[in-house]
Amino acid sequence: MVATVARKLPPPIRIDETKIMDRPDFSNLSCPAPLAADARVLLGHGSGGKLTADLIAGLFVPGYCSDPAAGLEDQAIVSLARNQAEELHAEEADAGRERSAARVAFTTDSFVVRPLFFPGGDIGRLAINGTVNDLAVGGAVPLCLSAAFILEEGLPMDDLKRIVSSMRQACEEANVRLVTGDTKVVDRGKGDQVFITTSGIGVMPEGRSLSVRNARPGDRVLVSGTVGDHGIAIMSVREGIEFETLLESDTAPLGGLTRAMLAACPTIRWMRDPTRGGLSSTLNELAEGSGIGVRLNEAAIPIRPEVRAACEMLGLDPLYVANEGKLVAVVPTEDASQLLAVMRNHPLGQNAAIIGEIVDDHRGMVIQKSVIGGERVVTLLTGEQLPRIC
Amino acid sequence: MKYQDEYRDPAAARKLLQAIRHVTTRPWTIMEICGGQTHTIVRYGIDELLPPEIELVHGPGCPVCVTPLELIDRALEIASQPEVIFCSFGDMLRVPGSGRDLFAVKAAGGDIRVVYSPLDCLKIAEENPHRTVVFFAVGFETTAPANAMAVWQAKRRGITNFAVLVSHVLVPPAMQAILSSPSSRVQGFLAAGHVCAVMGYADYEPLADGFGVPIVVTGFEPLDLLEGVYRCVLMLEQGRAGVENQYARVVRHEGNARAMQLLGEVFEISDRKWRGIGTIPRSGYRLAPEYAGFDAEQRFAVDRLEVAESTVCLSGRILQGLTRPHECPAFGTECTPEHPLGATMVSSEGACAAYYNYGRHRRPETAATDSH
Repeated sequence: MVATVARKLPPPIRIDETKIMDRPDFSNLSCPAPLAADARVLLGHGSGGKLTADLIAGLFVPGYCSDPAAGLEDQAIVSLARNQAEELHAEEADAGRERSAARVAFTTDSFVVRPLFFPGGDIGRLAINGTVNDLAVGGAVPLCLSAAFILEEGLPMDDLKRIVSSMRQACEEANVRLVTGDTKVVDRGKGDQVFITTSGIGVMPEGRSLSVRNARPGDRVLVSGTVGDHGIAIMSVREGIEFETLLESDTAPLGGLTRAMLAACPTIRWMRDPTRGGLSSTLNELAEGSGIGVRLNEAAIPIRPEVRAACEMLGLDPLYVANEGKLVAVVPTEDASQLLAVMRNHPLGQNAAIIGEIVDDHRGMVIQKSVIGGERVVTLLTGEQLPRIC
Repeated sequence: MKYQDEYRDPAAARKLLQAIRHVTTRPWTIMEICGGQTHTIVRYGIDELLPPEIELVHGPGCPVCVTPLELIDRALEIASQPEVIFCSFGDMLRVPGSGRDLFAVKAAGGDIRVVYSPLDCLKIAEENPHRTVVFFAVGFETTAPANAMAVWQAKRRGITNFAVLVSHVLVPPAMQAILSSPSSRVQGFLAAGHVCAVMGYADYEPLADGFGVPIVVTGFEPLDLLEGVYRCVLMLEQGRAGVENQYARVVRHEGNARAMQLLGEVFEISDRKWRGIGTIPRSGYRLAPEYAGFDAEQRFAVDRLEVAESTVCLSGRILQGLTRPHECPAFGTECTPEHPLGATMVSSEGACAAYYNYGRHRRPETAATDSH
């Protein structure tokens, strides 16, 4: 093990035969106690004992918390920001109602990705942004997160440090706090390096209700930017496909964008982030959930040239490829152009576009008008999307 | 994207559609050979835009679809061996054998890997000297040169832990079989552009002359297909037979000499069974005698397998253009991409899967495409 080599050995005992002592001196001998600084994750890091405590105190607490003592309880106590609670109560007092409980949005998501580090992000960043985005697209203001790790024995400790530091940075960008967590270690070969589960809590502003059932015929469908970037970035490193330009994952926290959108356009009916399964899954959920039809205009869907090229080469459809920093929104037609302008003003919405509309026919189905004018139904993905032979 | 956007241009598509309408005076049945072309036709809704007189029927050019069941079963058997690393193109993984598919073998512990190039297998073989890497070499003339190259290089580099399970088939004998069939309705063909990029199109001239049909070598983008249909209809209307090349930006009459030379060295012509169609004489490749050491069927004793084809699946009729996917009673009910009864429902190039994935079975009656 690398750490053994690096360990400082005690100086050898020199025996000066001219000065043989009456009694042996053991003061320079040392016991081979376990090493404190490990280069790799050991089973003991998940034992709940000393190594676990060291990992929490040495890596996770400084990585996430500003208050070291806060990380050591079995639970985190979270206060709603004072002004949020007061505003809420003041409104209700004005309305002559009983003080109602604040509405809290709560979500959870697990993250498994290979490779752990990829252009534009890593598993830690994904784990924060994924949960933050699930809260944000529901209209909630993300507040705090938990993170549970399943680590595989032998994971380089430097990789774990990189992931933790990336999560901290992602939390800062998303303006959320990681307040509690857990770690388990499984035998080598029984996991795939790192699995992370994050859960998140956000506050729902009073009166806000975004629901798939709100969509009405005539509404416009918008997407916040180019689709398929994350999936193709991952695939390009996994399969060794190279492009002239570096294609990066789009992983990003959407809370800032959703706040700007909702502030300018409170009439937004519904939002969702099209992650796994891509745009097609999200739009099919919209069509099925609301019982209306979705009509897409293929020519309007923003797709990076390199993503299109990769999809053409591999026989994939970008509508089915994952995104990690994009959202789909449905808005009444009269507010669509204003919302589009607000989105394009935000760094995460520069390539936003109106890609389709809600219609009263072909209920429960997504139909796309192709660039040459023909039509096709955009169905849900079956199993895995498999590359074609030729 | 360059070399792509110009072949998806809406204005040019409208012009071609107008030209097709202008020359069409009566019903014509045209078969596009290649599954890639079927995919484009359904994805862009091209068949809906054509005048109702023109019926496109979908040909046997989907490599996944025509690979015979016994070969799939052999692949499953070989892939189950613990010493084997079984490599395949992605869309072979879901093709059903007699009861299971490669995904099921993978879940049961088989080491099955998706590769994008057969040459990747040589790297895997070198990295795993104590295991045997088997590549499932399926496809038409298009994929054959790369597969031949992998075998050729393995021999040159002395890589002995590599073998191929060969299931290569050839287009012209299949076209001849379709044209010879008394039930065939096909009056003209769109030949597969990428097959011709390798082989040229001299082999199609005797077919066109002998059967008196027009054959247009056609590409894969929407405008390619529209122009292919236009040229085919024009020849039909003028009563002309012969071979024309719509895909001249890629295809030359003589094909790719170096690729053909390599194919001639590594493979030899053999009879091949086509799933759903039957054995067609001299319709495929097997390894030439000096490369027989790389033949997975010889290395693994897998010739005594019992095969059981679905009794419901009509893929044979579909591959010959006699039945259309949604006319099959199992289409979209018993047979779906999740639970395919036949290979035409598996690959996105398969006619049934193309119809299913682009939702033809769910289209409201008023918008249905089939006005025939």
